[in-house]
Amino acid sequence: MPRPRPEPVQVVKQRRDAALHALAGGVPYIQFLNIRFDRRGDELTALLPFDEMLIGNPMLPAIHGGVTAAFLEVTALISLSWAWLWEDIESGALSPDALEAGDLPRLPKTIDFTVDYLRSGLPRDAYARAKVTRSGRRYASVHAEAWQDNRSRPFAQGTAHFLMPVPES
Amino acid sequence: MTADKARIARQFIETIPHARALSMQITDIADGAATITMPYDARLVGDPKTGVIHGGAVSALMDTCSGAAVMSHPSAPAGTATIDLRIDYMRAATPGQPITARAECYHITRSVAFVRASAWDDDADRPVAAATGAFTVEGG
Repeated sequence: MPRPRPEPVQVVKQRRDAALHALAGGVPYIQFLNIRFDRRGDELTALLPFDEMLIGNPMLPAIHGGVTAAFLEVTALISLSWAWLWEDIESGALSPDALEAGDLPRLPKTIDFTVDYLRSGLPRDAYARAKVTRSGRRYASVHAEAWQDNRSRPFAQGTAHFLMPVPES
Repeated sequence: MTADKARIARQFIETIPHARALSMQITDIADGAATITMPYDARLVGDPKTGVIHGGAVSALMDTCSGAAVMSHPSAPAGTATIDLRIDYMRAATPGQPITARAECYHITRSVAFVRASAWDDDADRPVAAATGAFTVEGG
């Protein structure tokens, strides 16, 4: 039996980008911090462009610890939601039109979040990636790392626990 | 002398660009404890369907308040930086209400300050979040 013809690349990209845009683009706080997501296949990298408004210590200067925490938390939550919704996005169970209209399913809720500050955040762009360490029916554990110039020298890392939404029946 | 330290800490917090961006107001600061209020702001919403403030903004408030508590401690010589911070989110903050955090530096050594904090909205009996953290003690 011949395998089905693969979808045209632009159809695949449009669907995935619409889903990602719906997930992150509609959240005012993510817009406020100007966090963006770069997608390669299913892998996400968060980008936090530097802005004076992000400064927490004007003497050094350094990025505010709260901004770093928020950046890691946003990265962890969006990455977890993305992984959780991926199959429904790919299968079409979540329609791109509904997503674009902002009709999102319920998302995981943060239970707790721990941040390690490894070095001070410099006044320049920051990047972050998250890894879903464990995703169960009720709880998930996600680890996130943020870096600036050098991927092997993270300036902060965090672990978050999330309560997964009850499936809509 | 302690009042002077509180004044310096207050001035420092008020010059922090990110604290200003979130309109944080210090309502009390003295002897290793601080209280800071952050007004409700539509730009900080994490869930557009409900209007609930994003946990990240609460983290920023808790971190600022904890740092302020350390700076106002009589044994803290100068600046401070966060080593680690753990935040428990107990419930969603009620949309439209300001969030207030109070942090207390309950132990300090020559190198490390230990802080706990909690945050609430108009219902002060039901905290929205709690935090514990370790901070550096600088300039000693």
